[in-house]
Amino acid sequence: MAKEKLRRTVMYAAGNNPGLLQNADIYGADSVIFDVEDSVSVMEKDSARDLVYHAIKNLQYSCEIGVRINHISTPWGYDDLECLLAAKPDYIRLPKGETGDEIRDIDNIITKAEKEYGYEPGSIQIMVSVETPKGLRNAYEIASASPRMMALAIGGEDFSASLKTEKTKGNAITAGRELFVARSMIVFAAREAGIQAIDSVFSDIRDEETLRNEVQLVKELGFDGKSCVNPRQIDIIHEVFTPSEKEIHYAHRVLGVFEEAQTKKSGVIALDGKMIDMPMVIRAQRVLALATAAGVYRKEEA
Amino acid sequence: MSKLVRTAQAGTMESTDILVVLAPAEAGAGIQVELVSPTMRQHGSHIKQLIAKTLQAAGIADAVVHATEKGAMDCTIEARIKTAIKRASNE
Repeated sequence: MAKEKLRRTVMYAAGNNPGLLQNADIYGADSVIFDVEDSVSVMEKDSARDLVYHAIKNLQYSCEIGVRINHISTPWGYDDLECLLAAKPDYIRLPKGETGDEIRDIDNIITKAEKEYGYEPGSIQIMVSVETPKGLRNAYEIASASPRMMALAIGGEDFSASLKTEKTKGNAITAGRELFVARSMIVFAAREAGIQAIDSVFSDIRDEETLRNEVQLVKELGFDGKSCVNPRQIDIIHEVFTPSEKEIHYAHRVLGVFEEAQTKKSGVIALDGKMIDMPMVIRAQRVLALATAAGVYRKEEA
Repeated sequence: MSKLVRTAQAGTMESTDILVVLAPAEAGAGIQVELVSPTMRQHGSHIKQLIAKTLQAAGIADAVVHATEKGAMDCTIEARIKTAIKRASNE
């Protein structure tokens, strides 16, 4: 169940910086993306590609490694795929996804590369970032365009810019409301397609309070994780996305009474005077699965 | 097989990187590597060999290389040389 992998944080590392590439996995992010797109200048696209290829090919990483390629409509996109697929990244991250056709095109190229290099078919996944209204309108089509699709992400800055507004910080209540609809639609599309939803980066690394509020908000909206550009943000994001002891304890009790009711074949279940129905059981299972994946819960406990 | 036709550069002077300047040389001149490295005594010959090996693997027998190394890993050195080769040849 690779799609259910824990991805609370997806951290970017600039592809033309050997120091960042070689230490990419030491900060504890669940997933790292080596970027040859926006963080690399036009003059250095070729060198970043070579550097990322050699890093993935030669270094052992303890976490999942994806590569963000330039869009296939740019002069670099197809070359990025050709060069970087040969190193076998765990996934390709496409920026500015707008149609299912783009995803099917990339899927075909990956399929060819998997055959050519003898990789397990289907082992390289795709994550797509939606950054425009057109991409949002086609979000479900994108999310369901290939079985390789494992997550939809939203590029907040680009999306806000394409709406002719800006990405605001707001406060705990108004937090980034310009993205409210878009974020929710990303979650709807991802859930309908059965894949994960990853939120945009929060760029002010000194403002930890607003970061925490924003992570809380996107968690409530249904996101599985958040992108980040600085290792300093990882702990805060993980803290919010990892179930608390209280949540774990409650989930455990919910499943306890549920199982008991099943063996007794009783229809209605109550816990602490509240009726427990199926959505609550599913949520409890998800809390424990997340807690297990995050290493804060083992089945024998509690 | 690459053929060097111009001088080209790749990499940076940042820590953990290497700056490589690669230039064509007369046939038969061989590969000459001039290296500046903070760990010259420990790793100098290894880095020079790696540079020469990477060039030879691309079919280049004659070249002049000026390299300023700042604690780069082997995979970084190899990547920078390969980029320099592409930039210096007509690929």
